Amino acid sequence: MAIHTLFVDPSRCIGCRSCEAACRECDSHKGESMIMVDFVDRGASVATQPTVCMHCEDPIAPCAQVCPVMAILVTPEGVVQQADTSRCIACQNCVYACPFGVPKIDVAAKLMKKCNLCYDRTSRGLKPWCAQVCPTQALWYGDYEEFSLARRGHAVRRTGFGAQEVRTRVFHVLPDGTARLDVAGLLAEAQQDLGRAAPARREAWVL
Amino acid sequence: MGTVNKDFFERRDFNRDFQRGGAPAPGWEEAAKSGETLVPTHCCFCGVQCGMHLKVKGGAVVGVEPRDYPHNLGNLCPKGVVAYQQVGHPERLRQPLIRRGGKGGSLEPATWDEALDLVVSRWKALQAEHGPDSVAVYSGSSMTNEKCYLAGKFGRVALRTRHVDYNGRLCMSSAGAAYSKAFGLDRCPLPMTDIPLARCILVLGSNIAECFPILTSWVWRARDQGAKLIVVDPRETASARTADLWLPVKPGTDVALLNAMLRWAIQHGRVDERYVHERTVGWDELRATVEPFTPEHAERICGVPAERIVAAARMYAEASPSLIMHARGIEHSTHGVNNCLAAINLALARGQVGLPGGGTMMITGQGNGQGGREMGQKANQLPGYRHIDRDDDRAAIAKVWGVDPAELPGPGAAATEMIGLMNAGEIKSCIVMCSNLMVSLPDNRQVASALAKLDPLVVVDFFLSETAERADVVLPGTVWCEDEGTTTNLEGRVIKINQAAEPPGEARRDWEILCDLAARLGRGEWFAFRSARDIFDELRRATAGGIADYAGITWEKIDAQDGVFWPCPSENHPGSPRLFTERFNHPDGRARLVAVPYLPPAEEPGGDYPFRLTTGRVVYHYLSGTQTRRLAFLNDQAPEPWVELHPAAAERLGIASGERVRVRTRRSSMEVKALVTPTIRPDTLFVPFHYGNKQAVNQLTNSASDPGVKIPEFKTCAATIERLGTTEAPAAEPVRNFDARGTPEMFPYSTGEGRSPDEDESKTY
Repeated sequence: MAIHTLFVDPSRCIGCRSCEAACRECDSHKGESMIMVDFVDRGASVATQPTVCMHCEDPIAPCAQVCPVMAILVTPEGVVQQADTSRCIACQNCVYACPFGVPKIDVAAKLMKKCNLCYDRTSRGLKPWCAQVCPTQALWYGDYEEFSLARRGHAVRRTGFGAQEVRTRVFHVLPDGTARLDVAGLLAEAQQDLGRAAPARREAWVL
Repeated sequence: MGTVNKDFFERRDFNRDFQRGGAPAPGWEEAAKSGETLVPTHCCFCGVQCGMHLKVKGGAVVGVEPRDYPHNLGNLCPKGVVAYQQVGHPERLRQPLIRRGGKGGSLEPATWDEALDLVVSRWKALQAEHGPDSVAVYSGSSMTNEKCYLAGKFGRVALRTRHVDYNGRLCMSSAGAAYSKAFGLDRCPLPMTDIPLARCILVLGSNIAECFPILTSWVWRARDQGAKLIVVDPRETASARTADLWLPVKPGTDVALLNAMLRWAIQHGRVDERYVHERTVGWDELRATVEPFTPEHAERICGVPAERIVAAARMYAEASPSLIMHARGIEHSTHGVNNCLAAINLALARGQVGLPGGGTMMITGQGNGQGGREMGQKANQLPGYRHIDRDDDRAAIAKVWGVDPAELPGPGAAATEMIGLMNAGEIKSCIVMCSNLMVSLPDNRQVASALAKLDPLVVVDFFLSETAERADVVLPGTVWCEDEGTTTNLEGRVIKINQAAEPPGEARRDWEILCDLAARLGRGEWFAFRSARDIFDELRRATAGGIADYAGITWEKIDAQDGVFWPCPSENHPGSPRLFTERFNHPDGRARLVAVPYLPPAEEPGGDYPFRLTTGRVVYHYLSGTQTRRLAFLNDQAPEPWVELHPAAAERLGIASGERVRVRTRRSSMEVKALVTPTIRPDTLFVPFHYGNKQAVNQLTNSASDPGVKIPEFKTCAATIERLGTTEAPAAEPVRNFDARGTPEMFPYSTGEGRSPDEDESKTY
């Protein structure tokens, strides 16, 4: 069964946290959500943003690359799994390596926890819970071709962090004409607005 | 596809399994076969009534699975996801409670016999002494059609009281009256699946993103195909944030905006003359009424720039099909009916009503808000939208019920009027079902004093709501999935709710409780129902020939064709998803254009009350929060109310975000947290209303209501906000255009809904 991918469109997100409620329903982590919805700045706007694992393809899974006990698996379809509970030592390397802030450490359980694209569902042809329930389909599950036929917005899978660029399995939906999500560029812009010096560009560190 | 984590000891490399097979680890397939069954049903919350599967294992509801139903396509909002957690909730009421030792006593467990006998003996004594109208039925719309139907019949046949009304009075009464007046039929004229056909969507007073999340996906489907979105709301809601145009109007001023938009359409040749000529009446008067509403005039009233009003008029009037969606924002008003009529006028002038994807769409709020108002639990109605003061309607229902038409009581007081009658001592006892008056009614100090005067106050509920806490007798009922029956969603689609669990403890199904009470009142022969299906079959006969005709709807047909839209007069009739395509429901087939002037809200800012206070919802809570405040995930997201105010106002008053402040109106004051944010008009305050006791914003709201349908003005009243240190009480009064007692026809009531004499003559709706 082909596993498709997620498209995250923050412009549609209404901050209802239906994805969180549904994620918590999974029997493998009942009561805990692996997806996070945050207000960008409630003091300025009602804008919200869901964060899921982006399932990095190139460089492949930085979290897995730095895992000292090889607990994080990548399936042949490219789905980056949560750290295997029998191996994870909660060292937090993955937390530091992830460019998107996805893996979380459950301090009490001494385990890393993160989204695994509902592998139990998606490998059986179902949608992941978050995209299954999302009322506005801000989280949308399917293929790129299908997406570009059905939806507005430009699906982008490249995110720039200064000199480092990451290509991910999961897409962000950006305004038309935006070739990639340039996080460092946006940061530099914001700092210029505040009259501060832009951060120095660094060499790419993961290849 | 490359991979990492290849262990150099092959046998230690558990990644191997994945590399080899690409299949999920063993165990997952087996987990899916672990004795769980899926019960197809629908969500218990809002009017969308999303399809869902409940996961049942060993008699317990353990979870939810998606159900690909035509109107939600497997999607669910957070309320829907956790709805199942009400089953087996530790706070569920499991046995009847009686307040022993009078009003000062405490609620203590009792047997069913003790509780029901107490209620019935008291009712008999009251009715013998003070007449049948001394006992009232206050029902609700978040329950199945069968229960709603039975609540009305119970009031009229078992109690023989004229005071039967329900909480839909606070919800759909103004939109319902407007649709009846304009179209001759009170139902959303098109299904949700039509929405993507619209080229422009105008959302009036509805925070659809939070109140109807699943409806939002249909709006997006239209937008994906290039439709424009205009949102009229004093707050920049999640829907307004990305809309093509946002008009932050002052709460309560929508008629001026809509009339100005219609005037623009007339002046720029955007009226569908042929449609207006052939399918409507009343154009000349309407045209004359909107003439003075220049964009500048509307700007002065609504507080949005004239340019934006023109832009909205152009965007709306140049698109076809164009759809107006409206909800409580314009309906919770002392001129709620007028607001809806102004919207309808605009759509009719553009020739939109009846077009696929065009026209107006009222967004019914409660789970069964549509069905609940058709089933004869309304002050002036009998099942099928029949009128209780029309002889032929009375005769038709009396025949189905097997009673003498003369025995049927006349029209009674509206829900909002009942409070006045309780305070005046005219209503001495009331049975409340599926309603939480202490949270949902305006100016709740009056409600508290009214409920305290009742002896007994009988409440049927499944949690101890703020109203049940004040009851003399509490009867434990069931949540939606412990019973079966039908509901009618906001499209007019009749759907089937299936049972997934048994009632907990001694709790009983609400219809069983009513039947038992009727039997003890000596009226058992009219309530010999053995199942919800028996009630549905009688309901079909009772609505046959009425406007909301369910005669041809069967449970099997609902399953076979994914819901049936009424009217459905016979079993071979497929139902009516789209209405008014060729004719309207008035005898001449034409829609009525009703010219509406601008009337100010009952109370406007002035004196020491410079703000307009508006109330509304959050996505995590449903109505009075009795259910959702008990579901941990939902309550964690919004555990208490807050007040939203604009940074400009906050700066003037020295209020910081997160600070506790006092919000005050002429009626009362409350302390809440302040959320300082530019997503609201600088002259407006917003507080969500789902909370009880000290946290209820309905301590502050105005009980003035629409003179016709008695819907209260929740959406605007004059208020002030102050830092907690302030002790001085405001002296100068706000502008008071009228209040509850000053409204024409309010108290004493004449009939439930006032009508002009000529409407009384024709009574086609």
